[in-house]
Amino acid sequence: MLGYLATRLLGYVGVILFGVTFIFFLPRFLPSDPVEAMLGKIQSQGQYMEEAQVEALRSSLTDAFGLKGSLFEQYGRFLKRILITGDFGPSLAMYPTPVSELIRNSLPWTFGLLLSTVLIAWVVGNAVGLIVGTRPNWKISRVLEGIAILVYPIPYYVLGLVLSIFLSYIWPIFPLTTSVQGAPWTWEFVVSVVYNSFLPAASIVLVTFGWWLLSMRALSAAIAEEEFVHYARLKGISERRLLGGYVFRNALLPQVTFLALQLGLMFNGSIICEILFAYPGVGSLIYTAVIQGDYNLLMGTVATSIIAVATATLVVDLVYPLIDPRIRFK
Amino acid sequence: MRAWFSSARIFWGGLILLLFVIVGGLMPWFAPADPRAWQTYPRNRKPSLDHWLGTTNLGQDIFWLLSWAIGNSLLLGVIVAFFATLIGVIAGLTAGFRGGLVDRVLSFMMDATIVVPSLPILILMASILKGQASLPAIALILIAFNWPFPARQIRSVALSMREREFVHMAWFSGESAAAIISRQIFPYLRTWAMANFINTILVGIAVESSLAVIGLSSADQATLGTMIYWALKYQAILAGRWWWIGPPVVAIILLFVGLFLLASGLGQRSQEARGR
Repeated sequence: MLGYLATRLLGYVGVILFGVTFIFFLPRFLPSDPVEAMLGKIQSQGQYMEEAQVEALRSSLTDAFGLKGSLFEQYGRFLKRILITGDFGPSLAMYPTPVSELIRNSLPWTFGLLLSTVLIAWVVGNAVGLIVGTRPNWKISRVLEGIAILVYPIPYYVLGLVLSIFLSYIWPIFPLTTSVQGAPWTWEFVVSVVYNSFLPAASIVLVTFGWWLLSMRALSAAIAEEEFVHYARLKGISERRLLGGYVFRNALLPQVTFLALQLGLMFNGSIICEILFAYPGVGSLIYTAVIQGDYNLLMGTVATSIIAVATATLVVDLVYPLIDPRIRFK
Repeated sequence: MRAWFSSARIFWGGLILLLFVIVGGLMPWFAPADPRAWQTYPRNRKPSLDHWLGTTNLGQDIFWLLSWAIGNSLLLGVIVAFFATLIGVIAGLTAGFRGGLVDRVLSFMMDATIVVPSLPILILMASILKGQASLPAIALILIAFNWPFPARQIRSVALSMREREFVHMAWFSGESAAAIISRQIFPYLRTWAMANFINTILVGIAVESSLAVIGLSSADQATLGTMIYWALKYQAILAGRWWWIGPPVVAIILLFVGLFLLASGLGQRSQEARGR
């Protein structure tokens, strides 16, 4: 048990270090000097700045890019900033609000959106995929599989765009951008959140539903042909137990592994969806940072995304042994 | 039944892809003017005989612009897919056959790259490079993030192949490692590598277009994503200019469905070929 936990935790730390190291070195390999580029951008936005202010900004930016001191010192400071203190300095666009506060306010939105969509799509997709895989000759199975094939390859944001064209412009049922009303956690607030999140959530659910359906179909069709299933059927076990206990249980394991591998991709997709619908999550925050040239905010949000996705993956990994009785801890 | 189904997927997917290759690969050569240039034609025309798909608010002919964009998107996808698959196959075979420390280091790199969300990092890069982010630079980063997917699968195939009898047989009869890989193992992976290749084209185009939709791709090139970006930027939906926003969206959906049909059809084929 401890061995398993230690390996996973080591992997977790490794992945975060890998990602953070990547974004540490990235600005160094780019042809332009990021500090001067940012400075030029801020100045070109028409603000007049004193020489001293420019110097202060330059040193703050140099620090944000982790470019102060020797390479070794820089790396140490960079890691400390991201992993230990979680301090990314003040936001340049919304000065002087700390970046960490902005991130803290938007994380629950992204978390809520992804958690609910992933759960809905995973549960429904797997349940439907089981039926499609084990009853391939039913008409409804073919129709559902056809829909999944058509929907799955479409990127989230294109589907989101199509949904918003039809359900916000042509038939204005859902809002085009997110504006939540009501005091936090009143009934009005909850209804407003669900209503406003419907379109971004629907585009994520539809696409991932297609993926879970297709992979579950393939898995359950293969497992239904296995000998232990035939044997159980000959023994006279009810069809329901056969599907639930024999086929589904075995197909579930690879689906959980897939879930862990897909979290990063889903996060990518949700970023663009959030931007499209002005949903107040981390994705929109990243966009604000890009548009405003707010480097502190950009570095903070990117680092946070890496840590968040790695943590979510770790959680899925830790759940895995709970549903796979074949894993033995030594 | 299953064989028929898999070839139907390959047929329709291949047909759609062929259409796109013709439109994107050949049509741009016949364009009467540089499709990207602004103010070439009257603005905001509805589709007509003169302009098959109408014109944009910037005075571009949408049909020629679309064919140009499809060509660019496809080219980007193919380049990314080619190098990502190549690196993936080499890394996967090396990890699977060498084992030991090499395998562990490579496996860690694959897993870590898959878990790390690539889009925020791409956004970070593109925004630092703003204005200079050329398509080759974007392709390079996409390759860096997409080789682990084939590598992982190839590695697991290599691990199982290593113990197969015909591979042992080849070893004992004195074949070199390179000969075993190319003559005994590659035939097994050929169809699979093709399916993965097609799939990576899809991923490449999808990621570039998501960058483009938020205005972070190359500013002076036209891809399907940048077409959507300009249409959104000039409020094509609000103004009811469906002929501007419609074509790139429909083209992306059709292209992705075609690529997916082809990739999954080939994937099924390769499973059958491996006797599963």
